[in-house]
Amino acid sequence: MEIPDVKEKWTGAINEVTIGALKEEGGTRAKTITVGGNKTLPFLTFEGELPHKPVIAGFVADTIPDWPDVVKDAIGKEINSPVEWAQKNIEEFGVDLINLKMLGADPNVNDASPADCAKVVEDVLKAVDVPIILWGSGDDEKDNAVLPECSQAAKGENCLIGSAKETNYMTIVAICKADKHKIIAEAPVDINIGKQVNILLQDAGYVLKDVVMYQTTGALGYGFDYVYTILERCRIAGLKGDKLMAMPQICDVAGETYRVKEAVADEDILPGWGSLAKRGTMWEAVCAGGYLQAGADILIMAHPEAIKTIQTMINGLM
Amino acid sequence: MILIGERVNAGFKDVKNAIVNKDGDVIKKWARIQADAKATYIDVNLGTASNKPEDLCWMIEMVQEEVDTPISIDNNKSLMLKEALPACKKPPLVNSTTATEEKMNELFPLVAEHNASIIGLVMDESGSPANADKRVENAAKLFEKAVEFGLSPEQLFIDPIIMPLKFMQEQSLEILKATSQFKLFSDPPCHIVCGLSNVSNGAKYKRLINRTFLTMLITSGLDAAILDVTDKEMIDTILTAELIMNKTIYADSYLEAFRM
Repeated sequence: MEIPDVKEKWTGAINEVTIGALKEEGGTRAKTITVGGNKTLPFLTFEGELPHKPVIAGFVADTIPDWPDVVKDAIGKEINSPVEWAQKNIEEFGVDLINLKMLGADPNVNDASPADCAKVVEDVLKAVDVPIILWGSGDDEKDNAVLPECSQAAKGENCLIGSAKETNYMTIVAICKADKHKIIAEAPVDINIGKQVNILLQDAGYVLKDVVMYQTTGALGYGFDYVYTILERCRIAGLKGDKLMAMPQICDVAGETYRVKEAVADEDILPGWGSLAKRGTMWEAVCAGGYLQAGADILIMAHPEAIKTIQTMINGLM
Repeated sequence: MILIGERVNAGFKDVKNAIVNKDGDVIKKWARIQADAKATYIDVNLGTASNKPEDLCWMIEMVQEEVDTPISIDNNKSLMLKEALPACKKPPLVNSTTATEEKMNELFPLVAEHNASIIGLVMDESGSPANADKRVENAAKLFEKAVEFGLSPEQLFIDPIIMPLKFMQEQSLEILKATSQFKLFSDPPCHIVCGLSNVSNGAKYKRLINRTFLTMLITSGLDAAILDVTDKEMIDTILTAELIMNKTIYADSYLEAFRM
């Protein structure tokens, strides 16, 4: 009996996005990172071309995040300095690129000035030679002041800058066009708004081939399944030929994981849940592993053990 | 939706004159307008202006000099197609064959050889079908024969043959009934196409009838049409129908996005 061929034939492909610029390209990076190019769903190597492995961006912030001690201890004393934290990510944790967030710029955290943030960007760019992903604080008003200065400080480095939303996309397009960076397009777990933001970016004159989609991220147990479904639907739409949905996707796994009680509260608060040291790491790794299957191309991660687990998983599957 | 632009057709006086006088600018103008309107194929029809293969090839060349949209060769004679198929830079769509043995045996091998696609009319030796069953029967003949000659289902566009609403009112429902069955032949399915304007032949409210019928055909699985791609209301209707059919993902600016 002939076994039927069940392979899917997709008509579209996901865009290839390269982050970072080498010296000859006007930057100072020693390497660039390319994601996307997928011609089928994640890891189905028998079915279509998957030219680039998903990558891990090591979480670094300008200030110490409000994380449990077990995570901070696992990262080490380097967490006190964005420069050393970035270096440790590269040298010891083996991440592919750095994800730098200006958490301290938030008026409710340190209210760090745009100039202070730009200095951090400069210092990190000097300290490591991998591509950088840059984010503001998450406070829209403050980020309108912070992101232009950070972008300027990294001019020509072809960073990936987050994030453009329906409300602020004009600013982000302007700075990314001026300083030659790529854009993270953000939507609140909403496939329709995700598409709309991409249309707005295109209408503002930004090339969609330079965009990475961010449907926010839900930690395991906190909207994980919603985000998973959206990532998967975005990917399928892109593979079916919808050019407005054919972008690589990014997930902020670390940023979300260490906000939920299951990943931060110890046994005295959650009796029967096992030791936090193990649980927090597992929470981050399982969440990241799930999103890989859904179609994430860039995972932002923090805990060295979780990073190691996901590196092993990616290498085992591709 | 696969949009086949109908305007480079000698049925239109300006195009007919252009063919007779070898005035390439008229052909190029319509090629550009239709490509800008996002036509997937540009249909090229020599009509009664000429029966020479070189004239058909000339039209194809004029279109290809202006745009890189694939061609739909509106001709069913193998002598003409043998010349026209190699002139196409991208795999073209041949418009069309009937479900008669002779025509299918003549055209399918040519189409397969050039990796082209072909429209199959559900019409056989006995003429146009009078009901849904006959349409499905002829569609099945087209499908079987196409596969036999090595075409994939995606290379076959089945046309249920649209009849004028005004004169053959009972046919429209038969067409819809038949169309909904074509997609069941295979997975992935073949395409379903129609020459839309027939439905409003002789009628007063042509554009409204065209739009309404096309929407109903989309519900029955139609995914391609030969039409006036510059008819903005028609295209907006198609884009909206495709959203309702959950074929594309909604965004507030979906109409603007199509025209970017």
